[in-house]
Amino acid sequence: MLWRVCKGYTIVSYAELDESLEDPETGEVIKWYVFLISFWGEQIGHKVKKICDCYHCHVYPYPNTAEERREIQEGLNTRIQDLYTVLHKTEDYLRQVLCKAAESVYSRVIQVKKMKAIYHMLNMCSFDVTNKCLIAEVWCPEADLQDLRRALEEGSRESGATIPSFMNIIPTKETPPTRIRTNKFTEGFQNIVDAYGVGSYREVNPALFTIITFPFLFAVMFGDFGHGFVMFLFALLLVLNENHPRLNQSQEIMRMFFNGRYILLLMGLFSVYTGLIYNDCFSKSVNLFGSGWNVSAMYSSSHPPAEHKKMVLWNDSVVRHNSILQLDPSIPGVFRGPYPLGIDPIWNLATNRLTFLNSFKMKMSVILGIIHMTFGVILGIFNHLHFRKKFNIYLVSIPELLFMLCIFGYLIFMIFYKWLVFSAETSRVAPSILIEFINMFLFPASKTSGLYTGQSGYTLIRKDSEEEVSLLGSQDIEEGNHQVEDGCREMACEEFNFGEILMTQVIHSIEYCLGCISNTASYLRLWALSLAHAQLSDVLWAMLMRVGLRVDTTYGVLLLLPVIALFAVLTIFILLIMEGLSAFLHAIRLHWVEFQNKFYVGAGTKFVPFSFSLLSSKFNNDDSVA
Amino acid sequence: MTAHSFALPVIIFTTFWGLVGIAGPWFVPKGPNRGVIITMLVATAVCCYLFWLIAILAQLNPLFGPQLKNETIWYVRFLWE
Repeated sequence: MLWRVCKGYTIVSYAELDESLEDPETGEVIKWYVFLISFWGEQIGHKVKKICDCYHCHVYPYPNTAEERREIQEGLNTRIQDLYTVLHKTEDYLRQVLCKAAESVYSRVIQVKKMKAIYHMLNMCSFDVTNKCLIAEVWCPEADLQDLRRALEEGSRESGATIPSFMNIIPTKETPPTRIRTNKFTEGFQNIVDAYGVGSYREVNPALFTIITFPFLFAVMFGDFGHGFVMFLFALLLVLNENHPRLNQSQEIMRMFFNGRYILLLMGLFSVYTGLIYNDCFSKSVNLFGSGWNVSAMYSSSHPPAEHKKMVLWNDSVVRHNSILQLDPSIPGVFRGPYPLGIDPIWNLATNRLTFLNSFKMKMSVILGIIHMTFGVILGIFNHLHFRKKFNIYLVSIPELLFMLCIFGYLIFMIFYKWLVFSAETSRVAPSILIEFINMFLFPASKTSGLYTGQSGYTLIRKDSEEEVSLLGSQDIEEGNHQVEDGCREMACEEFNFGEILMTQVIHSIEYCLGCISNTASYLRLWALSLAHAQLSDVLWAMLMRVGLRVDTTYGVLLLLPVIALFAVLTIFILLIMEGLSAFLHAIRLHWVEFQNKFYVGAGTKFVPFSFSLLSSKFNNDDSVA
Repeated sequence: MTAHSFALPVIIFTTFWGLVGIAGPWFVPKGPNRGVIITMLVATAVCCYLFWLIAILAQLNPLFGPQLKNETIWYVRFLWE
């Protein structure tokens, strides 16, 4: 273009620069070209200059003589060196400063957060009349009042304030928040109860009993010696390493396990015990004391010939031709007494094992459930005593107890009676407990033979009387006493209170009566889950270990290693984690619904004081200075 | 196989859990956790004793016996008896 404009009177020579430099404005690395334009005359010079300006070229003066050119070149080189040095030194300095800052940035973040939290707290205070002091209204446990005074004095002294801070006690009618002191052991159980609802001010705290009943009910559903032992070892590992810093800061799931380490410990311990009683160790039974059932006594050779006519006995051909035979406890010598610790090991070899276990576990679930619920009602008595509502004991708790014990306590009595009185000889006439129980309400025309003489008359009297007391008594007299209590209120409110109390009590009575039946049936989940667990572990053994153990020795050893590995992995994932979570959940449900709705209100708020240690958990969650 | 008495295990277990639940609370050292530990001991004793009692009472007078396969009968007869 230059050639055209200047009509050929210019000479252009250009060369590319060796290094591509950084454009200071855009920061990109661009290739730079250097060119030299020689022209002759003023006007051409102006045109060339304008063209150069259009293209945003940098124009530099070009000296005429060679020495000046060399001088300028040397000067430029030195300047380049100097500039490079300055740039490098600046970068080094910047890096040093940043490194020093990075060392202390973590503690600075914490300091900033602490200050922010303190200011947040101060925002909640209100100003004095004179606008010079802050007033804070706080809740403080009575036991800590002395400590509070001392802390205020110390704070005033250390900060060098001219006017010391002080505190006054103000009377109030509001309900204080609930503070329950826990240590690291009881904290987990208290969290379980608090997840349902924080207790109302000064009511009975079920967490105290949950420490033992929760692991126990879990263990009834989990009941395996081997699995329980593994769980116990895992929890022991967590407990012994609880001060290890990595465990404190781990993420969500590990943190949940860590917080529940003492719960896991107790659950494992109780599972070992119930596994011993269920005689279940990785689905196999242990024969410690010798079985109480004697097979040889079934053979006719063990009995004198005179008695052969009365009993159905075996001999070798009978045994060879029948694939399944049943022992008969009415034959003398077959059953020699109950196994002293738990379930007899012969049941593990029997094909009708579940028939026996189902009956045993169902009755056990009902017995445990009714005792648990009765205990809940008794705790309600403590609540009534504390809140000075003695009439509630006579009108609510005693009818509730009567209802529960007369109906379901009688069921327990029938269970124990049938266990103790009926044996193999009388097994043909042993009545079904459930049918007797239902007949108690239905009064069928054809009377089946009761458990004992006089049973029918007793049921009639007892049932009618306590139903009367429970349904109506609590309402009528409760309302009367409430009127007396609210006597200081205005007359207009009295009618409204009466109706409301009537409604509440009717609902409460109906809910309690129906709830008793449904809650008792709900405890049958203890049976259901322990059955599921036993069957799962049995299937795992039959499908894996038995296959591995049946192969003969040449390949057997090689096959057994992966089989055992697979068995261990599946045991941990399916039986320990999945079944453990399931039993954990159901035990929680039993506590929250069936046990706690007998006495627990749980409508309080938790007392959460300001504390830097509570903030520290937030420090680990937010990684940046937010 | 072996004759099991009923009275002996009852006496042993009743005394054991009775010691844990009734005598144990007297030996808990005084401290802030005394109430908690006593409650734990009593609850453990009640629960575990009841559980064992139910298991042994359910087997005291069996109304029916175990059904065994004939191979199991041979095994039991010659190895356990």
